[in-house]
Amino acid sequence: MDISWDLLLNAIAAGLLLGAFYAAVTAGVSISFGMLDIVNIAHPAFVILGSYIAYFFNINFGVDPILVSIAALPFFFALGCGVYQVYYLSFEKRGQDSLRGLAFFFGLLFVTEVGLILVFGVDYRYVEAAYIGPSIHIGIVDLPLRMLVPCLAALALFSGLQLFVTRTFVGRAIMAVSQDQLALQLMAVDPIRIKRIAFGVSIATAAVAGALLIIIQPVEPSVGREYIGRVFAICVLGGLGSMPGTLIAAMLLGVVESLTATFYGPSWAPAVSFGFLLLTLAFRPAGLFGR
Amino acid sequence: MAFAHWVHVDYLYFASYTILQFIVLATAWNILGGYCGYVNFGSAAFFAMGAYASVFMHKFYPLPIPLLIVIGAAVSGIAGLGMGYLTLRLRGSFFAIATLALAVVLQTLVVNWDFVGGSRGAYIIRPETLEFAGFEINYIEYLFFLMLSLAVLALITARTIERSQLGFGFATIRDDEMAAEATGVPTLLVKLIATTLSGAFMGIAGTPFPYYIGYLQPSSAFGLEYAVNSIAMPMIGGTTSWIGPLVGAVLLGSAQQYATVTISSAVNLLIVGLMLVGFVIIAPNGIVGLVQERLRHWRRR
Repeated sequence: MDISWDLLLNAIAAGLLLGAFYAAVTAGVSISFGMLDIVNIAHPAFVILGSYIAYFFNINFGVDPILVSIAALPFFFALGCGVYQVYYLSFEKRGQDSLRGLAFFFGLLFVTEVGLILVFGVDYRYVEAAYIGPSIHIGIVDLPLRMLVPCLAALALFSGLQLFVTRTFVGRAIMAVSQDQLALQLMAVDPIRIKRIAFGVSIATAAVAGALLIIIQPVEPSVGREYIGRVFAICVLGGLGSMPGTLIAAMLLGVVESLTATFYGPSWAPAVSFGFLLLTLAFRPAGLFGR
Repeated sequence: MAFAHWVHVDYLYFASYTILQFIVLATAWNILGGYCGYVNFGSAAFFAMGAYASVFMHKFYPLPIPLLIVIGAAVSGIAGLGMGYLTLRLRGSFFAIATLALAVVLQTLVVNWDFVGGSRGAYIIRPETLEFAGFEINYIEYLFFLMLSLAVLALITARTIERSQLGFGFATIRDDEMAAEATGVPTLLVKLIATTLSGAFMGIAGTPFPYYIGYLQPSSAFGLEYAVNSIAMPMIGGTTSWIGPLVGAVLLGSAQQYATVTISSAVNLLIVGLMLVGFVIIAPNGIVGLVQERLRHWRRR
């Protein structure tokens, strides 16, 4: 078979850029699902909420979407803390977290999506910024800035999170609570407080991921659903709770999706993540870097 | 005058069909979700599998609907079995996530599959009337009575399971899977029976759907309202007995039929979502649980 090399190289480059962005979307789930064992399927809905906030301030006040998302971090953090508090009081504390907790997050996902439809409608929305449009050319490879800027921002977010969980006291306490909650309690740290902070951080990442999403592609409220499969596939493939694993798995999925889209057509791309998820669950449920 | 009367009656059949369809879906979801405690977010996928099985057969070799129902049940039952086999040996949440992804992938598959209409959708010409034992009956009435018998079948199945050894097996898994395994319940086998049964009944609910709606496109077969309603109805009605999904489906189903006509359908889905969140937080055992509690309270006095 004759494969065109520049098509292949371009597909791989685009996949790596896309993969870094996927890592930013997954970072929050890697904390909530991977470390806290909270199956927050509403995470992509919070990402879309982030997209719409970036859109609102970009269109009305001309603010750069990434700056908007950084300003939105404290609000998303507070939102995350609030959601965790409700979740803790109604489900975790009563010991009914599996079935009803899942239904709770499913409801949140649904309410957020329909709420956005009611406020903004179902039209595709996009943002304006100087870096949307031009590309850098390296040899035969095109790197559109529309993808490169989110990729760099995603890598910055990811490194920040990795430093946070490995170097700071709270970050290490989050790692500890994911391993042994009782031991943490015995060392006089309130595990609920740590979990609340961790969940807040996980939702805060959705603000940034949302701004990056709307830079990469136009957004409408139900776009989030496409990311549920991707996000959990990456999380499971990378190994639950492993940040470097998440990054590598995200890159891998990005490249395979991009190759699929280039050689078989973009309408097949959503099926890739499901294939990844099922293969991982069937052959190596612990993921690539699982404990 | 007489004409208006007939239109009105036809509408009643149409509306009741939808509610009955939700009774089947909610009961099917509850067999796995309520009895075993495993959440299936992919109800829309199983429903669509039934619907597309009948579109496929319609194009390939048309058969009467009761036979199509058997085929639809087999297709989605096998899909349920496969999903269960791959994910149920792991933690419970993996099954939920896999079902969530299943809906997206299946929709991708159908959109790319031209034989069943692809993204454009497929038309199914529905006959006006049907010859049955020498009588000519209206097709809408036929579909209505078909769905009514399916709903009764689903409810009888759920009620029988509840009182059988299988039902006790389901309940032990819901309450403590480790303990169930330790006391000799073949947990994997029992869970696989539940996923297969539940998937098959969701497919059954979808099989007559193309004939009911006349034109099937991926976005209507995989509609969000099926995924959310089949969870919300049992959760709001109550998940521990067969009455719960019935109560939830009748209440929410008729409220939605009314609201879609009077308010917009987006607002009406928002209300369902808010009710779901509210009920799981405030009344974990649903309406049936609330009524039981009140009765107990009343008897004690």
